[in-house]
Amino acid sequence: MGLRRVAIVGAGLTKFHRYTQETPKELAYEATKMALDSCEMSLNDIDCVVLGTAPDAFDGVHMNGEYLIDGAGGYRKPYMRHYVGGGTGVLSPIHGWFHVASGMFDTCLVVAEEKMSPAFPHPAGAFLTIFDHTTEQPLYPTLIWIFAIEMHRFMHKHGYRKEDIALVAVKNKKNALDHPSAQLAAEITVEDVLNSEMMAYPVNRLDISPTSDGAAAIVLAAEHVARRVTEKPIWIDGIGYCLDTAYWCNRDLYYPDYVEVAARAAYKMAGIKEPSKEIHIAEPYDPFTYKELHHIEGLMLCKRGESVKMLLDGVTQRDGNLPCCPSGGLLGVGNPIAAAGLMKVIEIFLQLRGEAGPRQVPGKPTCGVAQAWGDLMQVGTVVVMRS
Amino acid sequence: MIDEGRPMMISPEAVLKTTTKIKLNDIQSGKVLSVHDKPNLKYAWDNGVAIGRYLAELKNGKIIGKRCNSCKRVLVPPRLFCELCWRPTDDWEYVQDTGTILTFVVSHVNWDASRVKKGQRYHTPAVIELDGAGKDQGILHLIDEIEPYDIKIGMRVKAVWKEPEERIGAITDIKYFKVIE
Repeated sequence: MGLRRVAIVGAGLTKFHRYTQETPKELAYEATKMALDSCEMSLNDIDCVVLGTAPDAFDGVHMNGEYLIDGAGGYRKPYMRHYVGGGTGVLSPIHGWFHVASGMFDTCLVVAEEKMSPAFPHPAGAFLTIFDHTTEQPLYPTLIWIFAIEMHRFMHKHGYRKEDIALVAVKNKKNALDHPSAQLAAEITVEDVLNSEMMAYPVNRLDISPTSDGAAAIVLAAEHVARRVTEKPIWIDGIGYCLDTAYWCNRDLYYPDYVEVAARAAYKMAGIKEPSKEIHIAEPYDPFTYKELHHIEGLMLCKRGESVKMLLDGVTQRDGNLPCCPSGGLLGVGNPIAAAGLMKVIEIFLQLRGEAGPRQVPGKPTCGVAQAWGDLMQVGTVVVMRS
Repeated sequence: MIDEGRPMMISPEAVLKTTTKIKLNDIQSGKVLSVHDKPNLKYAWDNGVAIGRYLAELKNGKIIGKRCNSCKRVLVPPRLFCELCWRPTDDWEYVQDTGTILTFVVSHVNWDASRVKKGQRYHTPAVIELDGAGKDQGILHLIDEIEPYDIKIGMRVKAVWKEPEERIGAITDIKYFKVIE
């Protein structure tokens, strides 16, 4: 295609927390500085900046991209913002990839920031206006409603049980105990999940990731620069992204077709024919417990209807054959929306470099996939990475 | 800019330095300076031809869709073009105000994440496949006149309309759907 190879050469991640005192700009600065320091680069080495952040309504600032430019190191540089709701954090490296793969720039700083806590009484209220103003908003829908609606359809079609799906929360929150950024790491049981407050049947409180503040950043470089910067570049070998129709009620919600379309594009680009064998480690998007399973199926890491068996068999545990969310995921580490997606990319980056510390999966993985999802249950963003 | 095999690049110490711990209580008790604002943002949305007719028919106590002769769906809510076939839609077509529950929720939370108060009914929104529209697709609406936890996927439902003089041409002209068998 005449495109250049692009590598991730550095990464930075703040702690995820419910109420941070830092401003959004300061969070972005912390992560960005950490990413540059990690590969001993400075802003002078950066040719362009891309920024991901989700709804402006969280901060109450209607030009969040422009507002965050200072913290993201984008001042007087080519700078672009991207936004696809929850899918934003994995669109971030894709957006940066285009800048470098095209030959236009040799380096690109990719920053994702989210501060949800300014919205009161709860940032969930900000989501009312994502729904159709005439046909849906008068019913006062919430995100929890529609995800519980999707979960129920998913369970109904495959005959999945709540107590099995709850194991995702047990696994991810436990994995997060080893993550220094984690907000909700914990040793919990299936009973804890089932006995936690009922939010919207079939979703209990511990089935949901928290609201969070945080930021993440990575540095992308073209091959000739990457080889000079580091001995361990991690290559972005496949990208895919796709949006389905916004008429979300007019689709059967049991299967995320848009994730499959995005994954097929990324796998084709990376030359992957049998994803469940060729991919060693995955960070499927897990804002809700069922979503990890839903996305594992959409990513074709198992057949439709077999993700629960995979979970029960321990395949997705950190020491399983296909570790999923070894970071602790959104359920354990937290969910500052855009930053959470990029956190997943950073986890694959660290795992493939062998630098994930206590979270390191065994077996020296060389190929991983990160995925995110969002908007009205309609976007899939997928990145395949190799060492 | 040479990597000399440094250890884990994201150290716990560096991460911990990035945040301070404020609790919700600190904000609510006024320990932290906060600003309260009540923006008066009002919008007047144009409905377009398709949703305009949809609302007018709701006022008449009817549900109308628009057929796409290419994918054979009857699109509810109606639209002037089919987003899948990417072509103008064809005839207007009434669908029934009866249907089947494809999936539903028993929500203990309100739209702003506050909790449903004791004694109030939980919200039970559902995706309802309307008779005469496409299979496995529906509209979002509410279920009522049944204990929330007695609802099952696959139940047959029928719209309960507001009185004709109360209808204003809105999705809420249907009060809710009730289970009919």
